[in-house]
Amino acid sequence: MSEAPLMQRPNSWQTAANARLRMARFRQLLALASLGAVLLVSGCASEDGGVQSQKLAMIKSRGKLICGVDGKLPGFSFVSSNGQYSGLDVDICRAVAAAVFGDPTKVDYRDLNSSERFAALASGEVDLLSRNTTYTLSRDAAGGNGLSFGPTTFYDGQGVMTPRASGISSLRDLAGKPVCVESGTTTELNLADQMRQLNVAYTPLKFQTGDQTYAAYLGGRCVAVTSDRSQLAGKRTSFPNPDDHVLLPDVLSKEPLTPASVNADPAWADAIRWTVYALMQAEELGISTSTIDSKLAEAKANPNLAELRRFLGVEGDFGKQLGLPADFVVRIVKAVGNYGEIFDRNVGPGSPLKLDRGLNRQWNNGGLIYSPPFR
Amino acid sequence: MATRPMPAAATPIPWWRHRQILPWLVQAAVGLIVLVLVAFLVSNLVRNLTAAGLLLSFGWLDNPAGFPIAETALPYDPAMPYWRALAAGLVNTLRVVLAGLVGSSLLGLVAGSAAFSSNGLLRRLARGYVELIRNIPLLLQLVFWYFVVFLALPNGSAAIQLPGLVLAKSGLYLGAAQLVNGVWQAPISLSVEFGALLTGLVVYTGAFIAEVVRGGIASVPRGQWEAARSLGLSQPQTLVQIVLPQALRVIVPGLNSQFISLAKNSSLAVACGYPDFYSVASTTGNQTGRDVEVVVILLGAYLVIDLLISALMNGVNRLVQLKER
Amino acid sequence: MTMPPVPSRHALGRRLRSELFASPLDGVISVALIVGLAAAALGLGHWATTQARWAVIQANSTLFAVGRYPEPQQWRLWLLTTLLAAAAGLSWGLLRGLPRPDRPAQRWPRNDRLALLLLITLALLVPVSLKLSVVIQLRWWLITALLLILRWAAGRWAQRIPGHWQRWLPLLWPLLYLVGMVLISGGLGLIQVPSSDWGGLLLTLLEASFAILLCFPLGILLALGRRSTLPLLRWGSVLYIEFIRGAPLITLLFLGQNILGFLLPGGLAPERVWRAAWVLTLFAAAYVAEAVRSGLAAVPRGQMEAARSLGLPLPLALLHVVLPQALRVALPATVGQFITLLQDTTLLSLIGLSDLLFVAGTVMANPAYLGRNAEVYLTLAVLFWCCCAALGLGSRALERRLDPNPLPSS
Repeated sequence: MSEAPLMQRPNSWQTAANARLRMARFRQLLALASLGAVLLVSGCASEDGGVQSQKLAMIKSRGKLICGVDGKLPGFSFVSSNGQYSGLDVDICRAVAAAVFGDPTKVDYRDLNSSERFAALASGEVDLLSRNTTYTLSRDAAGGNGLSFGPTTFYDGQGVMTPRASGISSLRDLAGKPVCVESGTTTELNLADQMRQLNVAYTPLKFQTGDQTYAAYLGGRCVAVTSDRSQLAGKRTSFPNPDDHVLLPDVLSKEPLTPASVNADPAWADAIRWTVYALMQAEELGISTSTIDSKLAEAKANPNLAELRRFLGVEGDFGKQLGLPADFVVRIVKAVGNYGEIFDRNVGPGSPLKLDRGLNRQWNNGGLIYSPPFR
Repeated sequence: MATRPMPAAATPIPWWRHRQILPWLVQAAVGLIVLVLVAFLVSNLVRNLTAAGLLLSFGWLDNPAGFPIAETALPYDPAMPYWRALAAGLVNTLRVVLAGLVGSSLLGLVAGSAAFSSNGLLRRLARGYVELIRNIPLLLQLVFWYFVVFLALPNGSAAIQLPGLVLAKSGLYLGAAQLVNGVWQAPISLSVEFGALLTGLVVYTGAFIAEVVRGGIASVPRGQWEAARSLGLSQPQTLVQIVLPQALRVIVPGLNSQFISLAKNSSLAVACGYPDFYSVASTTGNQTGRDVEVVVILLGAYLVIDLLISALMNGVNRLVQLKER
Repeated sequence: MTMPPVPSRHALGRRLRSELFASPLDGVISVALIVGLAAAALGLGHWATTQARWAVIQANSTLFAVGRYPEPQQWRLWLLTTLLAAAAGLSWGLLRGLPRPDRPAQRWPRNDRLALLLLITLALLVPVSLKLSVVIQLRWWLITALLLILRWAAGRWAQRIPGHWQRWLPLLWPLLYLVGMVLISGGLGLIQVPSSDWGGLLLTLLEASFAILLCFPLGILLALGRRSTLPLLRWGSVLYIEFIRGAPLITLLFLGQNILGFLLPGGLAPERVWRAAWVLTLFAAAYVAEAVRSGLAAVPRGQMEAARSLGLPLPLALLHVVLPQALRVALPATVGQFITLLQDTTLLSLIGLSDLLFVAGTVMANPAYLGRNAEVYLTLAVLFWCCCAALGLGSRALERRLDPNPLPSS
């Protein structure tokens, strides 16, 4: 209780009344201010739906592309001992950077594990997900993960690797046995589906990272490890005795590995899509790092080569339509080569993985690599 | 600066400095800041989720999960819905937490009491255990137990076999165990993942509980020891019959926070492959894309576990404190 | 107990007997323990010298220390280490060289001589056993020498430093922290090194120090809020503290990494490394708040009342009278939280930040070092143990120093 002298009482009452009045005015002001803030925020948001890609504008102003990759997968994305990223997935990032900036080095790579990759993309953490991600309905649909997939860059299938000494020769032999899987991948689901069809009960051991999964397999905790066949082949090269491990003949699933961006920005997704198609079209037209200069000179000299001229940006405005420079194809090919070169260098004959082109041949060569026309 | 040397008596105090108003002003200001911040974050969340087509909903919990779980105490198969998978994960967590509570209490009690042993070596060993374990991160200890210790166990027919007990790389088998097609089978089996997680949690939490127990025993007046000794009780008898019952009054409140941290630390199971609640939830979130909902469920469930432990310990505390009268 | 003057061998024998073989039971326990310990020590020694392949540590020591920090820029980290060593030597020397109210200055007390011995041994042994190149070994020796010279000089001439200098010297550390941040991240004419390139021990220490520095004031505010008479502040603080203490850290880290992007407008969310640092800070603050609260509870109510009746306004009474007493009581629990925080940084490896444990995973996935788990984990354990034990020792020393009634003088 305050022991204020009598004299001061009316005074303090007055101040209190005054204060209440001021408080009321103050509240009104604050309410107005917060209303304004909310309007401002929502106003900014309503600009999102424009035709021009906001993402592309943001990337350009940032000066760097942020690309989500695996980072530990030989052949697809791997950090060498000198700190450089390389691999097929990485080359897709470099191609997009070359298309946007003309410089394939303007990329920040983020290593993502499989359980954080979609959240990282959805929250805008990365601009592009090029991380051996399988194209599926639930990941594409707006009611699912809501991603926007580009063209498939590697047609893969899920396989199972076992130690040669285990004597396992088919999926049925895995009954009651522990199998190591990386949690949050489609491989985990496919294995479950296949085994349910075969009515084979098995024990899945899930690990958060690929490192741990393979460490547990090599430690002898599981008699099998499952993943995409290309990934298994890549990992096997890093084992102490690669020949002690075999891939089972069973192919459990279709695994079209595909780069992805968010649904919300179709213009940015288009830029990615046509960057990848440019790689494929370049191979089909026989344009590679060694021939690009001569082809460009040829196109500039001969106005009759309309298709080549459009493709290389000598005429037409394909680049502009995508929000990219007119000669974006030339920049891409000069930076990373065509699709065939990327494949050979990273996973094909020019790499330790030595994978066959298989389904990843050009369409006119019996494969699935097929670019829609550039026109 | 609000620290004028001496406010002159004549100048009236500004209205906002009034004793009854100032506190409310401060509160109103803090409340308003918090409110605006929360409103800002939530409006962003709703807008971003709407844009991504992921507006909060829990209907997907009824969809079939489709993924198997390595070991469940609750019957479960991949055709069951997500909520059932999450429930199985929760039961797995509760299983390791309960075993951990018992194990770490016993270990802590032994190590804490050993600090008062007449045997100098035992005393120093107890001290060394506490100092060693408390200064090494739990996650590091877990991966060490799993990848270095437990995965070094012999496999298949080379497993360590004792009557009624088989210890192999895949786990511990009790009862009549037999090797079927290269896989051990027994009535009671514990997986090596469960074993590694439990060992890690018990050894780590045990060191902290040992400190609580040591403090409790130290709080019992020396006269109690001397009186019991003069009555002819041996050292262990004195400890168990005279000192520990009194020390419990101090020990039990201290155990509460250790138990809660054990429950929360069990979420590190992902590091050694045990399918606990967090592991199942992260698989769920990843398959459905419902990360926000999954985090809400996770936080809620751990909060409930913590409250349960607190309630339990409050009950125990009341029992222990009654003995004082 | 008064001991008759006996030859030392007998004294030793008697002590051994009373410590180890006081009763038959004790004897049995002792023998069993000695056999067990000896077997364990022999096994470990045999493994470490014959089976273990320590090349995995020697070849990757740079990776463990700084992760993928670009090599041309690593001179900045060397400079920072040198500055830190200099500041440490200076502070150490001054701490000893200046007399304290309760006792005169002591230039080389026993503990310091021990620390000196330890430091010199480490500086000589560690670089050699890691098989670092001669240039790098030389750098470590020079840095150690600098530390010791400054320690000696500061201890010797501490009392000649004018008083107002002494008052400002503690500010050296916050200043050094800012300088360190610039050196690490770049700016002010230095090339930018993106935070995604920081790793290993560098990242671990950076995250821990950032969180420790910030969670302390935050925790004090929360503790004061929890004890406030204003209901809104009190309930707000209670709600926050209990919410955080009820949640596993890994869930909060996941929330910070993957959901913060939803909570903030595009592009506003900080970098991943800083997000994790803030989550660690906000997490630890709740625990520090509880430690400080118990300290506040230990300060008698009369202290506050006396301070207020002397005319001190509430903030000043808190700052000058209540908090100093409360924080002294809360010190051991608070430092305990700091140690936990340092250990909790290992969880960053689970969300894909390249802390020490994450770097360990990368190293062990390298084909050349597959299966060398034990060597790597043991090395990390020793490293963490040393850091945490040093924090604990420091806390105990500080506790003794702040004790208002030290045993000898009272």
